[in-house]
Amino acid sequence: MESVKSFYETPSPAGFTGIWSWLITFDHKRIALMYLYAILFWFILAVLLGGVIRLELMFEGKTFLRPELYNSAFTLHGVIMIFLFIIPALPAVFGNFFLPIQIGTDDVYFPKLNLLSWYLYMAGGVVAVVSLFSDGFPDTGWTFYVPFSISTNTNVSTAVFAAFILGFSSMLTGLNFITTIHKMRAKTMGWLQLPLFTWSLYATAWVQLLATPVVTITLVLVMIERYFNVGLFDPSRGGDPILYQHLFWMYSHPAVYIMILPGMGVISEIIPVFARKSIFGYKAIVASSLAIAIAGSLVWAHHMYTSGMSDTAVFVFSLLTFVVAIPSAIKVFSWVATLYKGAIEMTPPLFLSLCFIYLFSVGGLTGLVLGAPGPNIHVHDTHFVVAHFHCTMFGGTGFAFFAALHYWWPKMFGRMYDFKKAYIAAVLVTGGFMFHYVPMFILGLQGMPRRYFDYLPQYAPGNFFAGFGALFMIAGIGLMMVNLFASLARQRTVPPDPWGGVTLEWTVPSPPPLHNFEKDPDIPDYPYDFSKIVAAGSGSRPKGA
Amino acid sequence: MEHQSCIFEYRTLGLVLAALLIMTAVTVGASYIDLGWVNIWIALMIASIKAGLVLVVFMHLKFEGRAVILSFLSTVFFLAVMIGFIFWDVGFR
Repeated sequence: MESVKSFYETPSPAGFTGIWSWLITFDHKRIALMYLYAILFWFILAVLLGGVIRLELMFEGKTFLRPELYNSAFTLHGVIMIFLFIIPALPAVFGNFFLPIQIGTDDVYFPKLNLLSWYLYMAGGVVAVVSLFSDGFPDTGWTFYVPFSISTNTNVSTAVFAAFILGFSSMLTGLNFITTIHKMRAKTMGWLQLPLFTWSLYATAWVQLLATPVVTITLVLVMIERYFNVGLFDPSRGGDPILYQHLFWMYSHPAVYIMILPGMGVISEIIPVFARKSIFGYKAIVASSLAIAIAGSLVWAHHMYTSGMSDTAVFVFSLLTFVVAIPSAIKVFSWVATLYKGAIEMTPPLFLSLCFIYLFSVGGLTGLVLGAPGPNIHVHDTHFVVAHFHCTMFGGTGFAFFAALHYWWPKMFGRMYDFKKAYIAAVLVTGGFMFHYVPMFILGLQGMPRRYFDYLPQYAPGNFFAGFGALFMIAGIGLMMVNLFASLARQRTVPPDPWGGVTLEWTVPSPPPLHNFEKDPDIPDYPYDFSKIVAAGSGSRPKGA
Repeated sequence: MEHQSCIFEYRTLGLVLAALLIMTAVTVGASYIDLGWVNIWIALMIASIKAGLVLVVFMHLKFEGRAVILSFLSTVFFLAVMIGFIFWDVGFR
């Protein structure tokens, strides 16, 4: 097995070397890595922008930013984090790399389309950058709400066009994954033999494919309004400003599930491996992924309780919102039940997964406060919403991304990182996270609005503490990245299965060869059977570098 | 062989194009007559028929397999739900 060349040494198509072996590659693993580097670049940039926002808010009045720049900073932070990091991060990086391997095949169904998706992603990023340097930074927030977005003089059209392009990248990836799972999984692999990460990608891909066109069309309508002034959203001409919010959230709420579902899939992979125990409720987790994808697409208007829409709609969407909590809770219950009486082996990926469960639960439960129209009226558009959203998206998807990085890093690069530094980084990020967002929950309950440049004196202590938390988080993220990338200087010494995993990616070398499998893989009857691992004892105890 | 069977005659394509143009004219014409809530249903119905014709004839859905047709029907269902749920708001304001 040691003699097998990894995909790093065998370019696809053959004959190209250096940068070209990457830029025109059809290999899903190389494309995944190209996504990884691009996505990490945007992530770090958006983290720093978030730090700038919190630093500005640490002290009353102007600290170092003009109000206009502050508006642009939170707009850019939101647009980059949402469209260039959270939505693509897990499917584009880990989905691309591991989906084909987990289903026992050698690539995705449309390799060229896969590369095109990456180019569209990069083009979207470039257009987003261009929007910064012409006609003023966009200042609408990532939601591009009308009428402000069609009347402001800043460069909203270009920013909107960037999101439009990124939408196509997301749709094509979804299309590719659905087709791959249907057409290319190993012949003996039935639907209930699919790993849960693959299942989560499948549910996500349907949402990507069905919901994304809504926002791409909506963003085109914003551009049409800006250039041709048709009046689609203008009441004086028969238009409806609330219609924009419906159309926007029709995608953007399901997008929350595009973000979180693959994260839940990652956690469902990691927990059983380090509990050395079959996942509790495999079928319930599969069903809950599909239920979240379906029900999550029907709750968009809970973002609009104060918009002036009808009370009947408020009632219906509130009811549906509470329904979504059920499949999410099924997952959390299943993860905790998997840990119960497991032979737990603590590692950085498991530690980050446990942080995920805790932080995501806080995000989910505070979501119920927002899903109920009564309390929602009081905390709408306050820091409470910002803290809730970050608990689900950063505490959820962000931590799942970190957990996935630490879990699959040895497989992707063949190198192990330092465990101690990984733990310190995880503690810094988690501690900083709590210090950052708990004050924001309190500030929101006290009535501090979101997106405000300045605030009343009674909000000063909370903002000061939140700023401190942000600094800890940024330090933790920095250490995490340094630790991971420092491992690349080491020799490739990681065995095929450093953790004791049982899904197919742990049967191939680290890093995998170009075509993933040298011979047809043996498909287990059940993807989470740890009996052989347990019988082998603690011989495969994971160790850091 | 398969490609041969997927091609519509020019006459059929021309008729479909004419039907699409006529229905566009009907949509525009109907918008000038105030029929209350019926207006929106007429517009949606005509738009649905037009989209159906484009998909079946120009995009060759007629010749596709079950999985593609099922995917298409799921998008129609999704769209219907999306539009339908907006009426919880618009219909009760």
